[in-house]
Amino acid sequence: MNPIFSFRELQKKAKQTTGNTTEIKVAVLGNHTSNFFVKALENQLTVAGFKPSLFESDYDQIDITLIDQESDLYKFNPEIIIVFESVLKLKDKFYSIKDNESQSDFCKSQIDIVQNRVSNIRANGSNAKIVYFSYELLDDELYGNLFSKIPHSFYNNLWQLNNALIDYSSNEPDFYVFDINKYLKGIEEYRDFTALINSDLHYSIDTFAKLSFFLAQFLKAFKGHFKKCLILDLDNTTWGGIIGDDGIENIQVGSLGIGKAFTKLQKWAKLLKERGVILAICSKNTEEVAKEPFEKHNEMVLRLDDISIFVANWKNKADNIRYIQEVLNIGFDSMVFLDDNPAERDIVKQSLPAVTVPDLPKDPAYYVPHIESLNLFETVSYSDNDKDRTSQYQQEAKRKKLISSVTNMDDYLKSLEMKGNISHFNSDDIPRIAQLTQRSNQFNLRTQRYTEKDITEFLNSDNHLTYGIKLKDKFGDYGLISVIILEKNDNNSYFIDTWIMSCRVLKRDVENYVLNKIVNDVKNKEINIIKGEYLPTPKNKLVVDLLSNLTFDNDLEDNTYLLNLKNYKPLKNYIENE
Amino acid sequence: MSNYITEFEFLFREVLENEDIVLANETTAIDIDEWDSINHIYLVVEIEKHFNIKFSSSEILQWQNVGEMIDSVKAKKES
Repeated sequence: MNPIFSFRELQKKAKQTTGNTTEIKVAVLGNHTSNFFVKALENQLTVAGFKPSLFESDYDQIDITLIDQESDLYKFNPEIIIVFESVLKLKDKFYSIKDNESQSDFCKSQIDIVQNRVSNIRANGSNAKIVYFSYELLDDELYGNLFSKIPHSFYNNLWQLNNALIDYSSNEPDFYVFDINKYLKGIEEYRDFTALINSDLHYSIDTFAKLSFFLAQFLKAFKGHFKKCLILDLDNTTWGGIIGDDGIENIQVGSLGIGKAFTKLQKWAKLLKERGVILAICSKNTEEVAKEPFEKHNEMVLRLDDISIFVANWKNKADNIRYIQEVLNIGFDSMVFLDDNPAERDIVKQSLPAVTVPDLPKDPAYYVPHIESLNLFETVSYSDNDKDRTSQYQQEAKRKKLISSVTNMDDYLKSLEMKGNISHFNSDDIPRIAQLTQRSNQFNLRTQRYTEKDITEFLNSDNHLTYGIKLKDKFGDYGLISVIILEKNDNNSYFIDTWIMSCRVLKRDVENYVLNKIVNDVKNKEINIIKGEYLPTPKNKLVVDLLSNLTFDNDLEDNTYLLNLKNYKPLKNYIENE
Repeated sequence: MSNYITEFEFLFREVLENEDIVLANETTAIDIDEWDSINHIYLVVEIEKHFNIKFSSSEILQWQNVGEMIDSVKAKKES
């Protein structure tokens, strides 16, 4: 699907989009005419598959809205608060200050305002994620290129203010900076000066459409929709030329021909891999021939150990991508497929519409700039664990081979020599735990998304029982793979607020192992009831029967379950305590 | 003149999302419910894009009805 940057096109497209069910509640606060921005954002979110509801603050009323505990903003109770201030208003404010000394302090007073706003939001009980627009770097050319030496230059203040926003964000949980500057760069006439004078419209309506597209991408990532896997074709995508015809010495990568363009693509892919994106290869080739450059070509940036799944055969690419999806156990909508051949792209687009298949420019020099401009790999979390993902999937491929050699599932599970570690949340694991609640869609009983701050609160709560579960087997260490949060309902029961598990450890009976432990803990607290609930989403059918399989009774209402610990018999598993 | 009014009608219908809009030279914002100050901005932008022209700030403020808007476009396209 191509991004829509025209306000009118977007309006039409959103009207045609019906049947979305995933709700998203977003509030927009601005100091300029924000109607078009709000409408465009609503439309982009609709086109992206959401059922959005938006709140727009009154014109130029940011602070009053935030301070007033009774304001409609807090009644609306948004998941996300966007603050979008126009630099033109800021400029008026700046020049209303007359002395140079106070002008030099402008950026400091402005960042104080930002921090106050955040404090107000939190003091008034909102846990919304805050997305703050950076300030457009608009030079009024008063000091020209001397600006860096003039502390009371407006332009100088803007740079400092943006840096201060970044500094502040690095330590303030749930506060994110959305950089407007990089998106304005590509728009020829991003401001319509006539509309500015007549209607206080600070950006043209199509600029709002573009900004809101990229903002919607970011918000999508908050809701757990982001890309996890990049699938690369080989010939004329990963290198220039055709390996089967040209041979290893003639393919273009590195110094040969236009090899630099392909090297750039490989470097880009490698950086993504290091950030935690899984790399897969899908190529029409003979496997040994296709692998040769990865093993022997000394200018290849990508090596076999960067690739989680290598599929080279003569089958239809859509089928091969289905296979990759099966092994990785992730949604098609989290996959990106790059191929220089329009026909191959078309087959995949038609058979697997959820996979993102960007068109590639004809000239490989434009591959990376084009793909970067699409901003496909938005993310809202990063942890060191992400770096290890590739080796985890490579281990998974080995395990798949072992399965085929063992006939009985119990024997297979025993042969894995699994070792588990169950502990209450501890502070080292907070980023990973928060990330699991953000990322997991399939094995996720109630799909509650939590931030690091939320997790810290659970960790310190007397009212909650928290579990982080780690697993190892003879092939490797999975790390933290499951998160469970129980909330004390009343004096005689606990409620399962969250039960998440990484799909990499499906069918290992980890859930049995954990429940045995939980039952023990709860019994020790002299409580005999655990209640559970399944909240269906389009993606979590996997766990529709989880609680019944774990011997919970389902005779209450539709999706609620109850486990009476007095009758509980420990469930079978082959995981030993570490 | 009739061509312009047809194109205007198409734009008004699409931008204001009302298929029943019929324009005459004398039509003003009072005659069309959806034609409020916000949609007026949107209309002006889309008219400029459609005819590939740019109105001046003062021109926009002077229009009294659709006919005068069309006159502005005509003056730019046919000069």
